[in-house]
Amino acid sequence: MSIQLGIAVTHLVNRKRPTLVSLIGIVLGVAFFLAVSSLMRGSERDFIKRLIDNSPHITVSDEYRNPQVQPAVLRWPEGAVEVRRVKPLHEVRGIRGHAQKLTFIESLPGLRAAPTLVSAVVLTFAGRTQGVTITGAIPAKMKQVSTIEEKLIEGSLDALAANSNGIIIGVGLAKKFGLSMGSVLNVAATTGEGRALKIVGIFRTGNASYDEAQTFVSLKRAQSLLDRPNRVNRFIIQLDDPYSARGVAALIEARTGYKSVSWLEASEDLMSVLFVRNMIMYSVVSAILVVAAFGIYNTISTIVMEKTHDIAILKSMGFHARDIRWIFLAEGVLLGLIGSLLGLLLGTGLMRLLAGVKLKPPGASELVHLPIYWGYEQFLLAAGFALVSAVGAAYLPAHKAGRVQPVTILRGMG
Amino acid sequence: MTPVLAAEQLGRVLPGEVPVTLVQEVTLAVERGEFVVIMGPSGSGKSSLLYLLGLLDTPTSGRILLDGRDTSGFGEDELATTRLQKLGFVFQFHFLLAEFSVLDNVMLPLRRLGALAEPAAQIRARDLLEQFGLNEHLHKRPHQISGGQRQRAAIARALANDPPIIFADEPTGNLDTRAGANVRQILHDLTRDFGKTVIAVTHDLTFAKAADRRIGIVDGRIDPNWQASLER
Repeated sequence: MSIQLGIAVTHLVNRKRPTLVSLIGIVLGVAFFLAVSSLMRGSERDFIKRLIDNSPHITVSDEYRNPQVQPAVLRWPEGAVEVRRVKPLHEVRGIRGHAQKLTFIESLPGLRAAPTLVSAVVLTFAGRTQGVTITGAIPAKMKQVSTIEEKLIEGSLDALAANSNGIIIGVGLAKKFGLSMGSVLNVAATTGEGRALKIVGIFRTGNASYDEAQTFVSLKRAQSLLDRPNRVNRFIIQLDDPYSARGVAALIEARTGYKSVSWLEASEDLMSVLFVRNMIMYSVVSAILVVAAFGIYNTISTIVMEKTHDIAILKSMGFHARDIRWIFLAEGVLLGLIGSLLGLLLGTGLMRLLAGVKLKPPGASELVHLPIYWGYEQFLLAAGFALVSAVGAAYLPAHKAGRVQPVTILRGMG
Repeated sequence: MTPVLAAEQLGRVLPGEVPVTLVQEVTLAVERGEFVVIMGPSGSGKSSLLYLLGLLDTPTSGRILLDGRDTSGFGEDELATTRLQKLGFVFQFHFLLAEFSVLDNVMLPLRRLGALAEPAAQIRARDLLEQFGLNEHLHKRPHQISGGQRQRAAIARALANDPPIIFADEPTGNLDTRAGANVRQILHDLTRDFGKTVIAVTHDLTFAKAADRRIGIVDGRIDPNWQASLER
């Protein structure tokens, strides 16, 4: 052990009470930092996981991010007259050349894509009507990009392939209209086309508005109902790595020209709320450690004050100013290290305790565990912040100790 | 032969609204192995001169030569290293670190210099303490031994790195007659048996009489009349 470290240890050991108080501050600071941040990060990850699992990672729709440049403007960019809103007389909406575009998308690594046709329709049953969203999909492909199959409480997605007049509805809608498996309801499109469809599946996602307003039919049935033969207006894409969605979406948009929205872009408002929430959480838990750092500052300042004579003697012996600074910085580092270590242990205990807590949130049918995130970076962050706080708190008194002029003290003592 | 320590026109003025002159125009040379005593009335600047010569304070004028080398250009680190290797200090109060044992106190300069490995440093510290009759008290804290023993431990600590010059500021001032005589004898023996140069500040006439040379200081400068009165 170096002489500086030896002196530092002796100082701390001989001041058990203030050392213990400083240590407790750091231990509690680190433990609460860890427990609170693991809980917040856990809930954030749980939320994002649900978001990722329940919504497409990328949605390519038959829209453009920016209005398309009119042919007249392309031909005469310097023209004096502007022709606005030039449109074909009859335009069938949808993704043009969707088969080729889907082939391109499916050629990209690490993703699965499903073509769909989505529109609003009116549903009628026993004299009651309701506007719902209808999604025409190919069951085999839909299963690869959606968790809807897992959410079915009755029937299956494959029934849409077996029964071209089949429809899958949500449990909310079924309850509202008193529908069950096998019930037949009428669906009318905005084109005026109508069709009687039989319920072949009922799903429950837990999202009330989705369960009440979303329906699924086969792609062919949707194309016929909406009078858009051989058209799709949306590609739903799932990625192996959901966090690469932004880059993949940009690539698809650049190549297809159609608006391609990643789940990150679609949930930007939620992500910014999470970011702000994290900032608030880290500010609060960091404040605990800052208060603990004041405890260390107080302890080391007191030691410096009490030990001014010893510092003068050490300097007269030939100790350098940096040796003296190291002694007191080492005290801060020791308090920070031991405090962090004990704090991490206590924090881990608190995390285990929290992980065992079961709650029944309002509206939930089952008890749920508090989501705890066990990522190593949190442990590093808590210990690192505590250590930086401790060293920061020790720096000022250490600097002051290094500047002690031995002769000033010796004159006073003579 | 180059003096081990020399001061040329040394001066020290404390700055302030009313500057205070502590030492002025002191010129002296100390030979190797010499036992020099600095005497003078209280507040005459004896200790201030000792601190300047011991490189604990920086002169405002003049210069100090150590082994013929001008120290005025030394930075803080070089001054500290010089003190560690070449100078030893004994003060009126023992100034042993209260939280360390007697042995550890003597080990401090040895450990800081690091010239000896830990076992060799232990042997050196134990030898020194044994030489001063403290082998029974190696692991005691300073408050567990007598004033005379503490001062002897402080001398052992000053000698730990085998410096050629020992500065002593009123080393017997806080001791009873018997302990004072013992410390006086030790310091005297350092010059005779070990060839050390000892420069001491004292009020003790008996101490002064045992020295090779006495320097009288009045109002911060060497006073030949005081010096003459001491020689009588």
